[in-house]
Amino acid sequence: MSEITLNIIRIWAGLFIILSFVSVNAIVLVYLERKVAGHIQRRPGPFEVGPHGILQPFADAVKLLGKQLITPCYADAILYWAAPILSFAPVAVCFLPIPAGPDTRVMDINVGVILILAFSGLNVLALCLAGWGSQNKWSLLGAARNIAQSVGYEIPLLLSVMPILMLTGSLDLNTITQNQGVWPWEWYVFKQPLAFIIFFVCALAETNRAPFDLPEAESELTAGFHTEYSGMGFGLFFMSEYTYMIVVCSMTALLFLGGWQGPLAPGWWWFVPKVYGLLLIMMWIRWTFPRVRFDQLLNVSWKWLIPASLLNLLATALVISLCS
Amino acid sequence: MSLIGNDILAGKGDFYSRNFQPTPREDTLILNMGPQHPSTHGVLRVMLEIDGEYIIRAEPVIGYVHRMQEKMGERLDYNQYLPNMARVDYLHPLAWNWAFVGAAEKLMGMQVPERAEYIRIITCELNRISSHLLWWGTYLLDLGAFTPILYAFADREKLADILQRITGSRLTFSLYQIGGCKADMDDRFIRETKEFIEYMRSRFPMYKDLVTDNLILRKRVEGIGGITREECRKYGASGPVVRASGIDYDVRRAEPYSVYDRFEFDCPVYEDGDALARYLVRMQEMEQSLKIIEQALKQLPDGEIMAPKVPKKPKPPAGEVYHAVEGGRGKVGVCLISDGSPVPYRVKLRSPSYSNLSLFPSIAGGTLLADAISILGSLDLIVPEIDR
Amino acid sequence: MLLKVKKTLAGLWSLIVGLKITGHNFCSPQLTVHYPREEVTNLDGFNGHVELVPSPKDPMLPKCIACGACARNCPSQCISLDFEKIEPAAQEGEDSESGGKKKKSQKKVTRFTLNFNYCSLCGLCVRSCPVGSLRFSSDVYLAGFDPQEFRIDLLERMRGQIATQGEKD
Repeated sequence: MSEITLNIIRIWAGLFIILSFVSVNAIVLVYLERKVAGHIQRRPGPFEVGPHGILQPFADAVKLLGKQLITPCYADAILYWAAPILSFAPVAVCFLPIPAGPDTRVMDINVGVILILAFSGLNVLALCLAGWGSQNKWSLLGAARNIAQSVGYEIPLLLSVMPILMLTGSLDLNTITQNQGVWPWEWYVFKQPLAFIIFFVCALAETNRAPFDLPEAESELTAGFHTEYSGMGFGLFFMSEYTYMIVVCSMTALLFLGGWQGPLAPGWWWFVPKVYGLLLIMMWIRWTFPRVRFDQLLNVSWKWLIPASLLNLLATALVISLCS
Repeated sequence: MSLIGNDILAGKGDFYSRNFQPTPREDTLILNMGPQHPSTHGVLRVMLEIDGEYIIRAEPVIGYVHRMQEKMGERLDYNQYLPNMARVDYLHPLAWNWAFVGAAEKLMGMQVPERAEYIRIITCELNRISSHLLWWGTYLLDLGAFTPILYAFADREKLADILQRITGSRLTFSLYQIGGCKADMDDRFIRETKEFIEYMRSRFPMYKDLVTDNLILRKRVEGIGGITREECRKYGASGPVVRASGIDYDVRRAEPYSVYDRFEFDCPVYEDGDALARYLVRMQEMEQSLKIIEQALKQLPDGEIMAPKVPKKPKPPAGEVYHAVEGGRGKVGVCLISDGSPVPYRVKLRSPSYSNLSLFPSIAGGTLLADAISILGSLDLIVPEIDR
Repeated sequence: MLLKVKKTLAGLWSLIVGLKITGHNFCSPQLTVHYPREEVTNLDGFNGHVELVPSPKDPMLPKCIACGACARNCPSQCISLDFEKIEPAAQEGEDSESGGKKKKSQKKVTRFTLNFNYCSLCGLCVRSCPVGSLRFSSDVYLAGFDPQEFRIDLLERMRGQIATQGEKD
């Protein structure tokens, strides 16, 4: 077998593994979110379906799969159905360069950071199509808000990743992880705390999580851009939201928290708890704070995050050039 | 592909959509914050004309929950009508109870025994706390915080337990009768109320830390929806809405009824008139209610709870009377016209939310959509009360 | 300028305080009653739908004298009842002819139905009963598929309660 065929088989197998990992994670996260929400609110959360409600996400999945796929009367069917597919499809690509362990990676690519950031930007287009294609003014408002929000928060996201790239000198996620040491104080979060905070806030905004969840503001816009979706259309949006959460949390863990590095034995057993720890913090934040108003959201990005990340970048560049 | 909505409105739609005269601009969207919306508290429809996110005009459409309460007042006799008064505003039913019963007692010239007055005050103030707690929870739910409502409901459960033992229900309380109260307070009620006062006082700092001082909430609520004194007077608004705009009008002070003049309590008044002022007024009103309950429990006299010789079928003499009380939302009034028969001739219910809602179109112009939600929430509307 | 910075820092600190509170609540015990594993324990005073009180003389019969006051006073006309007259035993002696009091014919209630679909739990029926034959029950676990399930036959219910009580004793 030639090299190319082996590679193709490897990538296909990897995609299959990724998709199953993504589905399992979506199921786990749905359950976790509802349990965390319940306990913060001093109530049990799902409890009936299976012991302690473990089978609840399966029940949800069966329900979503079993519903009728309705296209609203005046909706543009092509755009309407392209949107959920476009929202979920790039996710698989985003997982390709993520190294869960020292040798556990589907694709050996040396521009991993750019690949992930580029493909997660496709989500904006998906939501825009969803809002416009639904022929619903509320969806349109949600989509418009989402575009402005995503565009506004891409910039600080990229600017806060830059210092890490400058420190490492490479775009390869494996190299970035290897450059961080084994012990927690050697991780980049202590060298670049401001970048970490900015990256995390932008990650919350990019994945439309509270307090930045205006595009799908449940109490203002009656579900925003996914008002008209039911059944698996909504299911795809739902899954893509949780999967993007995993992608950005993995990015944060790799860039700032040392990825698969850990005290005794580096491996995926350090990576997964870090990712889940960050996910729990995201959920914690969601259930605590009210929503930020739209113009305040943009103000935070333009007046606070972009200047802060620019200053951080300049300071890092100065320190690096002084030290070398 | 044009936005179908505007074309539909031109030809079809319902009466209100057809007669909504938008401003002669080409680039605005006409949107229906429809009868089904998570943030209009109840079945309220607001027709909006928006330009991007800014609201140009807003027009509320009411009547989706009209239940003919006033008509039922012409058909049922005085005692049979009392459960209706609990359902008009299901959050502060004891205020509506009191308004109706007080009106009938005024007509009949009946003096209610002292113990009954104290029971009425204690239960009405407990109900006020419960109403404000629910307002707080749902206001924050509108703003996107999903947890404080459940904390508020945990406190409301305690209140529901206390009031359940005396009234028999957990939501639509109906305790007052013409001439007094239906049931008396026992020692367990007094003890539980005292415990509740302590418990509630320990919860307020948590609410302050979690919500009132929260940066995001402050940004959503400060400076939003300023209402001037003139606008309040123009629309006849009352309650925390006007007290947040600088008008010191509280029915318990301005037209004292029952024995409220024996208690020392403040009516918080703020000058700003924005949503934050309305928020703070209600939070402080809860604390003042606790103060009133404490004083009332100390001064509680013994005695009867019903006036002597109250007929089973009250027949007030012919006449017209108006009685107003301070409800959680404002001035709750009942105008009762009797013609000497066991059934009233006319029951007119003056609901505070109706007048408060009339403020909304004049202050909604030029605000963002998210701010409009915040303003509607801070006005504390109960739509069944608006539609009766 | 300094004031602005201070305000911003205080604002950011308030966010951390909020997180602490919800984190503390996350680790606190739950406040809800976990139905159906647990049941509510504080039902005293709660007004469920009305039920008949058995007569002390014959537990299978209610105290009700079928006067109809409850049915007349109900604002939603929820109560309907049927009765049959029991003629008193024939009088003996001079009572029947010398103008003494004639014994009134007793009424025995044969059907007592409550339409709980319209009941507003006002309690007028309970209060207007001259013999105290109605009282509020603690029946709160009401869930049904059909409005017919809420047209409750109160006589049957009372008899069922007496039977289970008899079994318990």
